[in-house]
Amino acid sequence: MGSGERAEFKNPVIGWIDERLPLFTLMQKEYGVFPTPRNFNYFWNFGAIAMFMLVAMIVSGIVLAMHYTADTELAFDSVERIMRDVNSGWLIRYIHMNGASFFFVAVYIHIFRGMYYGSYKKPRELLWILGVLIFLLMMATAFIGYVLPWGQMSLWGATVITNLFSAIPWVGDSIVTLLWGGFSVDNPTLTRFFALHYLLPFVIFAVVFLHVWALHITGSNNPLGIEPKGPQDTLPFHPYYTMKDSFGLVLFVILYALFIFYAPDSLGHPDNYIPADPLVTPPHIVPEWYFLPFYAILRAITFNMNIYFLAGIAGLFTLLVEFVWREKPKMIAAPYALPILVASLFLAALGFIGDQYPTLGIPFTAAEDALVSAKLGGVLAMFGAIVLLLVLPWLDTHPIRSARFRPLFKWSFLLLFVVFVFLGYIGSQPADAAFGPVPLSLLGLLCTGYYYGFFLVILPFLSRFEKGRNLPKSIHEAVLGKGA
Amino acid sequence: MTIANQELRTIMTAHTKDDENARRDFLQLTAGAMGVVGAACVATPLVNSLNPAKDTLALATIEVDVSDLKPGEAKTEMWQGKPVFIKHRTPKEIEEAEDVDVATLRDKQPDSARVQKPEWLVVIGVCTHLGCIPVGNKPTDAHGDYDGWFCPCHGSHYDTSGRVRKGPAPKNLAVPPYEFVSDTVIKIG
Ligand code: HEM
Ligand code: FES
Repeated sequence: MGSGERAEFKNPVIGWIDERLPLFTLMQKEYGVFPTPRNFNYFWNFGAIAMFMLVAMIVSGIVLAMHYTADTELAFDSVERIMRDVNSGWLIRYIHMNGASFFFVAVYIHIFRGMYYGSYKKPRELLWILGVLIFLLMMATAFIGYVLPWGQMSLWGATVITNLFSAIPWVGDSIVTLLWGGFSVDNPTLTRFFALHYLLPFVIFAVVFLHVWALHITGSNNPLGIEPKGPQDTLPFHPYYTMKDSFGLVLFVILYALFIFYAPDSLGHPDNYIPADPLVTPPHIVPEWYFLPFYAILRAITFNMNIYFLAGIAGLFTLLVEFVWREKPKMIAAPYALPILVASLFLAALGFIGDQYPTLGIPFTAAEDALVSAKLGGVLAMFGAIVLLLVLPWLDTHPIRSARFRPLFKWSFLLLFVVFVFLGYIGSQPADAAFGPVPLSLLGLLCTGYYYGFFLVILPFLSRFEKGRNLPKSIHEAVLGKGA
Repeated sequence: MTIANQELRTIMTAHTKDDENARRDFLQLTAGAMGVVGAACVATPLVNSLNPAKDTLALATIEVDVSDLKPGEAKTEMWQGKPVFIKHRTPKEIEEAEDVDVATLRDKQPDSARVQKPEWLVVIGVCTHLGCIPVGNKPTDAHGDYDGWFCPCHGSHYDTSGRVRKGPAPKNLAVPPYEFVSDTVIKIG
């Protein structure tokens, strides 16, 4: 960053500093004249909005931490004291509480934008991966933060989620004890969670820095998904996009403020205003709304996976790799595909039936013979859903980026969006709820199936076979018409 | 100069470039390995400090007076930060627990392996699925389909021996180590 051309500054003090540490040159280059595609729509506002939310969380969080006490005897009361006695304490807490939700709103839209317009594709793969990393760190931070007020949902949410790790074979229980620092979620857990909750946002800040750095190497994508070819396709970042970003940010903050002042508790759960009680579990434990789709995926796996089922899945996966992912199959000759398909489906069905109806007594299908228990299966499915995002650039290798020019991709992706929202609804309901005559757990499984199918089957398939529409020659021609 | 010495000299001066590189590779590898070992030595106490501390471990035994429990009644005591259910079972409940065909159970345990005296069932009241506290200790609670406990979180049903009969929980409610100090006092831990 040090070398290279330096900008001229009229102000002698700025010039003096810039000669010694070219901070102002850097800002001028990266945020002043930085060439930015001229055709951004409002989806491109959400990166700046997310950045604003991160700063808002850190500022409000640091002030909260000055009044908060991380001790199971005192935590709940210290938060109530913030609400009642600390000057403007209620405001600071509501900013932080609703800020977490709005941070996730911004980041979810930001991710949706990236997927719709193919921003994860070459050369922006690393930029995308850093983004998914930020998302993961945010989830960890928000989960841990929710434990701090030590209400009923804090305690029981933490209990259920940390218990998930006990599903890991052999070392699971030791990991859970290590996380807790005891035999249940208790004081040692709360104090370490507070330390981590303070730390992680700064780790996020560092990854955001790398994310933006990578962005400024490749430049931004745009709604057409074609690269700018010259100055006629771009605008200087300032004042064009500083203005557009500010305008969008103001609208977003107005909405955020409406929640802070008029509906501050509408996104939270009332049970978290009951002090944590290790002897009573609330009848219906739900995570915060931004975790619900992943929670639904976790709960969708209600069956154990035994040796037949996994063998069937392995067979299907091999077929997928050979005949959908690869241009030409390498290991399996085409005539064998159908018998393998039938055999795999048969094995998977046999395993599933054996697990659902243990009275049939099919050998090796008893619960204790399961290679992957339902609990472990759920945990794997949930984390796998995020791993799929990490490898997305290699699952969708279609040369066209923007969904505008790929109708098949567009509709299967919009369906994924609907499925994801519906998974959120399923996650919010009790486990034994039904949607009309259909049990929700079945719908959850179907939706999880589509989520996985979209990434593992539809994307590689479309990468090879979708023709797509003709791309415009250049951004300025598409935006200004032929006359330009 | 003896022959042996001369040979030694030739060997020592025959430092080819390859030898030099191999030597550097070796030094780099060993130095790197030492660094890793050092880092692991520093990390171990830091990570291990997060495991249960001595005072947490020390809360390991409690004594409970159960003389106030009539048949059919149960109570909850805290042990190691977890609730322990102590249930004074009625003859009907004992019979239900003993009459089950063990082979049909998910976690195959006869009732006799879970109690010291048939009237007294002592189990850790933590659902083996994801750690919620099942309900069923109060007469007004739900007891599930098998007259024992019901976990509201994801719907696991436990029988009068605390064995899982239905729902996602993989294991029976755990039996803590305990002994009868007298007829009416139980020492847990
Ligand atoms: C990535 C940014 C952050 C996220 C997503 C986040 C999320 C959360 C959430 C969801 C809560 C629970 C709110 C409630 O129900 O009351 C919380 C509480 C808290 N957070 Fe953060 N936080 C972030 C940054 C920070 C920072 C930098 C600090 C400063 C040390 C902080 C300090 C606290 C404190 C003291 C509480 C407990 C008080 C309370 O519950 O209102 N947070 N956080
Ligand atoms: S925690 Fe009891 S059923 Fe899930």
